[in-house]
Amino acid sequence: MRQISYAAAGMEAFIEEMERDPTTFHLSTDAPPPLVERFGTSRVRGTPIAEGALTGMAIGAAGSGFRPIIDWRMVTFSFVAMDQVVNQASKIHYMFGGQTKFPILYRCTVGGGLRMAAQHSQSPYSMFMNLAGLKMILPSTPYDTKGLLKTAIRDNNPVISFESTRLLTMMGEVPEEEYTIPFGVADIKREGKDVTIVALAWLVHEALAAAETLEAEGISVEVVDPRTLVPMDTETIRASVRKTGRLVVADEAGPTCGASAEIATLVTEDSATFKCLKASVRRVCALQVPIPYSPTLEDVVFPNREKIAAAVRVVMTEA
Amino acid sequence: MLRLMQTIRRFEERASTDYVAGDIYGTVHCYIGEEAVAVGVCSALNRDDQIISTHRGHGHCIAKGADLNRMMAELYGRETGYCKGKGGSMHIADFDIGMLGANGIVAGGISIITGAGLAAQIEGKGRVAVSFFGDGASCAGPFHESLNIAAAWKLPMVYVCENNLWAVNTAASTTLAVQDVAARAAGYGIPGIVVDGNDIFAVHAATTEAVARARAGDGPTLIECKTYRHRRHTERPSQPDVRPQAEIDAWMKKDPIDRLVDHLQAQQGQLSVEEWQAMDAEILQQVEDSVSFAKASAFPSPDRVTDDVFAA
Repeated sequence: MRQISYAAAGMEAFIEEMERDPTTFHLSTDAPPPLVERFGTSRVRGTPIAEGALTGMAIGAAGSGFRPIIDWRMVTFSFVAMDQVVNQASKIHYMFGGQTKFPILYRCTVGGGLRMAAQHSQSPYSMFMNLAGLKMILPSTPYDTKGLLKTAIRDNNPVISFESTRLLTMMGEVPEEEYTIPFGVADIKREGKDVTIVALAWLVHEALAAAETLEAEGISVEVVDPRTLVPMDTETIRASVRKTGRLVVADEAGPTCGASAEIATLVTEDSATFKCLKASVRRVCALQVPIPYSPTLEDVVFPNREKIAAAVRVVMTEA
Repeated sequence: MLRLMQTIRRFEERASTDYVAGDIYGTVHCYIGEEAVAVGVCSALNRDDQIISTHRGHGHCIAKGADLNRMMAELYGRETGYCKGKGGSMHIADFDIGMLGANGIVAGGISIITGAGLAAQIEGKGRVAVSFFGDGASCAGPFHESLNIAAAWKLPMVYVCENNLWAVNTAASTTLAVQDVAARAAGYGIPGIVVDGNDIFAVHAATTEAVARARAGDGPTLIECKTYRHRRHTERPSQPDVRPQAEIDAWMKKDPIDRLVDHLQAQQGQLSVEEWQAMDAEILQQVEDSVSFAKASAFPSPDRVTDDVFAA
C-alpha cells in the first residue's frame, strides 16, 4: 500500500470532503495553497489574525447551512477564542433546544518536542473535554488522521481535531480508496495479555516501542489507542483491562485533571473492571510544568518509551 | 411598526411582572425604551435575512417575527418554548425566521452573525446579516475583529449599535474616547452613521440604505442608534441603578412609542385615539394569551436533560 505523511493524509481528507460537499469552506490565517488552487479564494480564505472572530464566524456559518473548517494552526491560538469555544460553540445546540445543527471542524496541532517552549508545546485537550457539547479527535497515524478528519467534517457538531506536531512528517499506509473511521471506536494497535497501555497520539508509538522491549523481557503488552477523546470508547478500554488486569495510561499532557485521569477513572469506577485489576493504575504523563525550551529541560518533561516501560515493570511486579 | 413596538413593550412589562412574581426564573433584561431600533431595523429586512441579538433580546425576537407564545413559554421554562426550556430569556433563538439568538456574553454574537454574513456571501443569494449590540460591546475585541473582516471581505453586513449610554452602571462617556461609536467605522474604511434611535423613521431609513449597500456587494455599514433603556439593567428588584434621574426623565420624554403615536395622530386619519386604544387592547390580549399558553404547557421532563447536547 502507498505511504503518505500524517500531514498529507489530513490534506487529502480536506480535498476529498470539500469536493464532496460544496457547503464546506476553509478559514485559516494562512490559506493552504493546495486548497486555494483547487477550490478558489471564496471557499478557502486567508484571514486576518483574529482567531476569536474566525471561531465565532464558524458558528454563524454552520447555523446558516454551511460546514466550516477553521484551522487554528496551533492549539495555542485557540485560547484567544475561548469565549467562542466555551460559551458559544459547545453550548449553542443545547441552549437553543437543538433547533438547528452546528457542524464545524476546528483544527490545531498539539504537543511538544520541537523546542518551541511553553506556549507552543501544549496538549490541553482535557480543558475542552471538560465542556459538554464538543467532540474531539486525537489521531496517531496517517490512516487514522484521514479517516477521522473525514468523519469530523461530516459530523453535525463542533469537532476539534488535535493533531500531534511530532507526527506531522510521519509516514504510514493510507489506501487510495475512500474510507472513514467512526467516532468512539478505539483501535487496539497491538494485542497482548499482561498489561494494557492506553496511549494518546505520539505516545501510541512510544508505547509500541516499549512493548517491543518488554516482549523481550517476557511481558505481553496490549496498546489501546482511543483515537477520539469525545466520545471515548470506554468499553474497549475496560474490556482490555479486564483481560490483562493491569493499566498504564500514557499522555503527553500533564496529569492534573487530564485525559489520563479520565481514562483511569473510567476503568476503576466500573466494578466489573475494578475487580479484575491486579495492580494499581499508573499514569505516565508530562511533568506539571510549562514546557521549557532547553533540550536538557524539555526532555525530562515528556513521557517516552523508557518511562512507559518502567511503569509497566512496576505494575507487573506489584502484588 | 407601531404594533410591533407596543407588542415588545407590553410583552416585557408582563415578563417583568411575572419575573418579580417568581413565575419566570433567572433574570430578565428589558428592552423598553429602545423599541424603535429593533423594529426600525427589522422592518427593513426580509424574512431570510438574519439577525443576532444580545442579552436584551426580546425586542429583536418580536421585531423579526418570533411567536409570543413560544417566547413566553421559554421564559416560563416550559417544553413548548423556543428552546424547550433549556435557554430562557437570554437564549431565545428562532433560526426559521433568521433570528440567530440572544446571547449572555456581551459582544458574543458579533462574530457569529458575521459568519452568517460570510455564508450569505458564499451562497450569493443576496441575503444580509445584521448584528445588534450595545455601546459596551463596541469596546470588546469581537466587535473590532468582526468589523475588520467584514470590511476587508465586503461581507453583506449591517452592524447596529444600540448606544443606550450605559453598560449596566458604567457610563459610556467614561469608557469611550470618542463621542460616537460610529466614528470607529472610519478605522475599518466603512460608513459610520449616527441616528436618533428613538425615531423609527430615521432608523428604518438608515437601515434601508445600509441593507441596499450590503446587498449590492459594497460591504458593511455601522449604524449607531442613540437610545436609552427606561428600566434598570435587569428586572431584579435589588438591581442598582446609578443613572441620574434628570437624564432618565429627559429620555422618558423622548419615548419612541409616544413619538410615533404623536406623529401618526398629528396626521389626519392615520391613527385615531380609539384605534390606538383598540390596538393596545389587542396586544394586551395577545400577551395574556401567551401567558396562558405558557402556563398550560408542561415543564420539560427531567429525563430529557441530556437531549440535544449533540446533534444526531
